[in-house]
Amino acid sequence: MTKVLKLEGINKVFNRGTVDEKAALVDINLHLAPGDFVTVIGSNGAGKSTLMNIISGTIFPDEGTIELDGKRVEQLPEHQRAPMIGRVFQDPMAGTAPTMTIEENLALAYSRNKKRTLSQGVTRQRREMFREALVSLNLGLENRLNAKVGLLSGGERQALSLLMATFTNPKLLLLDEHTAALDPTRAELITELTGQIVARSQLTTLMVTHNMKQALDLGNRLIMMDQGRIILDVDEEKKKSLTIEGLLQEFERLRGEKLATDSVVLG
Amino acid sequence: MISSTALLGAVELGLIYALVALGVYLTFRILDFPDLTVDGSFVTGGATAATMIVAGYPPLLATGVAIVIGSLAGICTGLLHTKGKINPLLSGIISMIGLYSINIRIMGGAAVPLHGEETLITQIYNFFDHNFPFVAEFSILLVMAIFVFIIKLIVDWFLGTEIGLALRATGDNARMIRSFSANTDTMKIIGLAMSNGLFGLAGALYTQYNGSADTTMGVGMIITGLASVIIGEAIFGHTTVRRATIAVIGGAILYRIFIAFALVYGLTPSDMKLVTALVVIVALILPQIIGKWREKQRYSKRSLAGGDKGAKVGGNQ
Repeated sequence: MTKVLKLEGINKVFNRGTVDEKAALVDINLHLAPGDFVTVIGSNGAGKSTLMNIISGTIFPDEGTIELDGKRVEQLPEHQRAPMIGRVFQDPMAGTAPTMTIEENLALAYSRNKKRTLSQGVTRQRREMFREALVSLNLGLENRLNAKVGLLSGGERQALSLLMATFTNPKLLLLDEHTAALDPTRAELITELTGQIVARSQLTTLMVTHNMKQALDLGNRLIMMDQGRIILDVDEEKKKSLTIEGLLQEFERLRGEKLATDSVVLG
Repeated sequence: MISSTALLGAVELGLIYALVALGVYLTFRILDFPDLTVDGSFVTGGATAATMIVAGYPPLLATGVAIVIGSLAGICTGLLHTKGKINPLLSGIISMIGLYSINIRIMGGAAVPLHGEETLITQIYNFFDHNFPFVAEFSILLVMAIFVFIIKLIVDWFLGTEIGLALRATGDNARMIRSFSANTDTMKIIGLAMSNGLFGLAGALYTQYNGSADTTMGVGMIITGLASVIIGEAIFGHTTVRRATIAVIGGAILYRIFIAFALVYGLTPSDMKLVTALVVIVALILPQIIGKWREKQRYSKRSLAGGDKGAKVGGNQ
């Protein structure tokens, strides 16, 4: 079966040749099979967001190849990869257009994998489709199609962002700490919605999170990153029995090992 | 008091400036791109139309070509900004300066008078004078009003299309719309082309209305347009695109009426740039002052209400 996403030998260095030189991604190899839901954890600066940006095309790798659904994309700019990739950002303000209405935002999302033309973005027929999709969020947004998105609460906006990102069933869904900026209740709601939407459309998903519980609750696979490397890859079987304590211990162990090898090298 | 002829002239001119206001609305409001090219492309439109009319081309064709040339100027600015990665303000200024020389080349001098030439304006007037002499006096007003309204409808329609929505999103949240597969560079270029096309059209009509084109007629056009947009939005509201486009047209007309009154009460035409600058300054600063004042009002009300909440808010500030 073809992989949805294939990263091979990805390297990325920021500020090369300066004192601030930082290896953001080091020899990343990652394959996602259709329907995989992979959660990504790691401390700040581990390279999680850089990984997302490399895949979506907002930054380009120094080395390595990226295949999306069997097609090489590492040279393509973001907007040319975007028909295949849905993305939700951490900032609830980032995923929607605030001065435009809910239905206009959904029309933007609807056109993602089509050529944009001079036909009207919101038609009666599409409005019905948008309304139905909004019902699934259970937030009553279907009654506010003409409300400006800037007037919605953070939770509502993030729910809408999630719906918009998944509206055209993208090949790959990237969730970049998309619940981190919300209060616990809203975060819970968005987490739940994420599980539902991904399951319903069987979306191949890569989700970055700081929340260990969320990383364990959602998905069928878990990877841990540290200093630009993938240091742990937990498959479906093992993930089921994994606990937060277990994960933390594993993290300490792997980091310790690495620190030990570093000191050997340095020593 | 102001004469009815002066008032009629102000409204007619206001309708021409409504096109300028719509152009500024497209860049400044929709694209969030303060485009200074327009000071040049307005003249380019006028220069093109005047030169072609004097050379014997039909005024309608001359006006059409002015739109195309104006759009090309916008495309240049768009390319400078998106492909050349030059800051928006600077890209506009560069185009504007370049256009100054081009405009003189087009005209073969600093000005082209249209003495006795047939223009769209004389054609309209003569048509009405022959067929409906009782409304001939208002013919320009009538035709311009209908024409501007049609342009407004086209702008409304376009901004509701899939491409138009992507263009609006580009000004609203560029990062987001890129993640929805829109090429924001292309969108900016389309927006700038449309806006400068409108300026070319406005320049062509202004020239025919005024009877001559000259290099200085575009000075401060961006600020004039901005004043119209701000006044219109403040008075008529801007909740939807349809509302906003009619509002900026209204703003342009009110603004010209305001200028006409200022002229009656002793100011000279050369004072008008300063008046415009002051209007824009007040329009930009006043909302901030009102906002702060309201905040203060709310704050003192809460403090007066007393209790824990008020005290706490006070303590934090």
